[in-house]
Amino acid sequence: MDAKLHVSSSPHFRGSNSTRRIMLDVIIALCPAAIASCVIFGWRSLMLIAICVASCVLLEYVARKIMKRDTTVGDLSAIVTGLLLALNLPVDVNPLIAVFGCVIAIIVVKQMFGGIGMNFVNPALAARIVLLVSFPSAMMHWVPALGAPEDAIIDATTAATPLAAAPGTYSYVDLLIGRCGGSIGEVCAVALIAGGVYLVIRRVISPIIPCVYLATSALMSLVVGLDPLYQLLSGGMLLGAIFMATDYTTSPVTRWGKVIYAVGCGFFTIMLRAFSNMPEGVSFSILLMNILVPLIERITVPRTLGYIKKKKGDSK
Amino acid sequence: MSELSFPKRPYRTRGGVHAPHNKNTAHKESVIMPVPPIVALPMTQHIGAPCKPMVKVGDTVDVGQQIAGSEAFVSAPIHASVSGKVKKIDKITMPDGSRVDAIFIESDGEQRLSPDLKPPQVETLSELIKAVRDSGLVGLGGAGFPTAVKLNIPSDKTVDTLIINVAECEPYITSDHREILENSWDVISGIITVKEFLNIHRVIIGIENNKPDAIKALREIADSSIDPEDEIRVLPIKATYPQGAEKILIKACTGREVPMGGLPSDAGCLVMNVGSIAFISRYLKTGVPLVSRRLTVDGGCIADPVNVIVPIGTPIKDVIDFVGGYKEQPYKLIMGGPMMGISLPNDDLYVMKQNNAILALSAKEAMMTEPSACIRCGKCLDACPMRLQPLELSNAADRGDVDALKHFNAMNCMECGCCSFTCPAKRHLVQNIRIGKALLNKAKRDAIAASKGGKN
Ligand code: SF4
Ligand code: SF4
Repeated sequence: MDAKLHVSSSPHFRGSNSTRRIMLDVIIALCPAAIASCVIFGWRSLMLIAICVASCVLLEYVARKIMKRDTTVGDLSAIVTGLLLALNLPVDVNPLIAVFGCVIAIIVVKQMFGGIGMNFVNPALAARIVLLVSFPSAMMHWVPALGAPEDAIIDATTAATPLAAAPGTYSYVDLLIGRCGGSIGEVCAVALIAGGVYLVIRRVISPIIPCVYLATSALMSLVVGLDPLYQLLSGGMLLGAIFMATDYTTSPVTRWGKVIYAVGCGFFTIMLRAFSNMPEGVSFSILLMNILVPLIERITVPRTLGYIKKKKGDSK
Repeated sequence: MSELSFPKRPYRTRGGVHAPHNKNTAHKESVIMPVPPIVALPMTQHIGAPCKPMVKVGDTVDVGQQIAGSEAFVSAPIHASVSGKVKKIDKITMPDGSRVDAIFIESDGEQRLSPDLKPPQVETLSELIKAVRDSGLVGLGGAGFPTAVKLNIPSDKTVDTLIINVAECEPYITSDHREILENSWDVISGIITVKEFLNIHRVIIGIENNKPDAIKALREIADSSIDPEDEIRVLPIKATYPQGAEKILIKACTGREVPMGGLPSDAGCLVMNVGSIAFISRYLKTGVPLVSRRLTVDGGCIADPVNVIVPIGTPIKDVIDFVGGYKEQPYKLIMGGPMMGISLPNDDLYVMKQNNAILALSAKEAMMTEPSACIRCGKCLDACPMRLQPLELSNAADRGDVDALKHFNAMNCMECGCCSFTCPAKRHLVQNIRIGKALLNKAKRDAIAASKGGKN
């Protein structure tokens, strides 16, 4: 034998998992919601998605080039960010505003902190909030959805979101299939749940965060006297719980950390919905919990095998 | 203490990965390799103090004759594996890169047994321990810890359970599996010897459920009249990697946890590899020390994978030639399994006592992709059987942060490789953690040195 052998540290086998595959799964999981948005809001929805995805990918590419780092477009994470941002926008938002959102997400939040895995808040969420604060009227203008109930329609181009509409305007069925006003990706509950189930089955996300988030929200709704099911199905709750709060980089890696984090998300979401004058609380609560993640992780270090508490326990 | 019971099913263990099994050689009879022209026996083939040569260049030696030994408590003597002449005593490079003296013996092909060999007289536990020490036995599963030291249980500890490790969770390796199929009686009689001398009344044979034929073979004997009290039972465990790691196996078989930094005896357990236990029974019958072993030769580049019984010290080249050579140029040559084995720089090395496999992997099997940034997916935490936080450990090692390494219990990492295996960003987690552990060891030594310096 003459040719050189490779020498490296064990293990010499690696699993088939890859960042790209995970991101691809997230994209697949978002497809039902994206398709639903096109059905509900028409071709402008598709345009919006295309604009956001294209700008995010381009911005990521350019940013890495300028910073003289290797391109990371191949890991598909920029597509996920673009898709998520688009799904969080109203359909008739000015495309330039959408592009501005992409700049915030990719350049400011993601790449300025070092790229994938380094940002401390979710890029799409942060961008949405910046847009919400900068362009409140454009960001909160909802056009009537396909088949939305008469009562919800204010005029030919405006409809109320489930959270703003008078009680009884929307039925549960309206919320489930997306016959209601809102961001293009948040309206169709069925599509979002299908995506969530796919992610759990593919083991991309653990069910802890969405389940605990939703359960806490339902509980809190009862406490403050809101209809729990209505709260879960309306606004950005499902999109937030399934796709935003579970973002790897900005959620805890420890099991109990996930629980605490999700409880916090659910708690603040309902508190904001019930007591603040903002119409929606999902983005802000997730953002707040994102910031607390390092703290949560510090207090939830798992007990390693064979670890015995300081006081002498019996060894059984 | 309450009456010991046998678990009906294994206790729950966390983490682990589904590495491909690739047990291609499980159903092939082991073959015995002819005596090689030359063998090399390095002075450390065990954990503990190195041996000192007891022969000179030019001496004639017989099979089974002791040629090196040590006075140290943790050590194991070395015996000639072929008959012939000592050709030279020279340094060789070990798989881990260290340079160690080795005795080279040129074989005369006669395989003359040393006339001094006779079955040892064993009446008491201390005689058994002495016999096992004289046999040169070390853990044959890969770690190479001297078995005699293991059997010498400190008087302040009670061991009530003997666990026989047949998990063989590493991909490819089937040497233990073959040992059971080919020598099941040796296994059981070895168990009986050890259990009687150590007065243990619960023996659990932990075996992965992907070896139904071995489970059946062992059950047939264990349920026979040879074990009237029914104190030996076979416990099939799930076939995931790393069920065979000592601490994990103890957890699966008894539900007990070995305290951090402790030994199996701290959890009342003695864990022995099936090959080692079968060897003890053969040694007591014949008195022939550890001079040969079974190892799996496999991997995508091996023409005809099979288990081979080879004299210890046989050049790896010869072993591979014997099974038909390389089918294609290997990308990696590994001593041990693909998850924990050491990759070799060339095939110019020799089979050692604890060496359970030689794998020649093709690029397709062992190719690595470049690591990318950690996406904090948490998959490494879920995979870690010790419930550590590999990403934190690896980052702490990168930063050289000794306090963080301590805080995250770096020393409890057993380097099983599950975290690296599972990481979607292909990060070299184990490699970094190893560096971290070395940092901790160094910090500890420095602290000791500093405190000594202070006293003077
Ligand atoms: S598995 Fe890899 S990418 Fe995921 S958290 Fe661990 S180190 Fe990071
Ligand atoms: S190598 Fe260490 S940190 Fe990684 S999975 Fe194994 S025990 Fe855990």
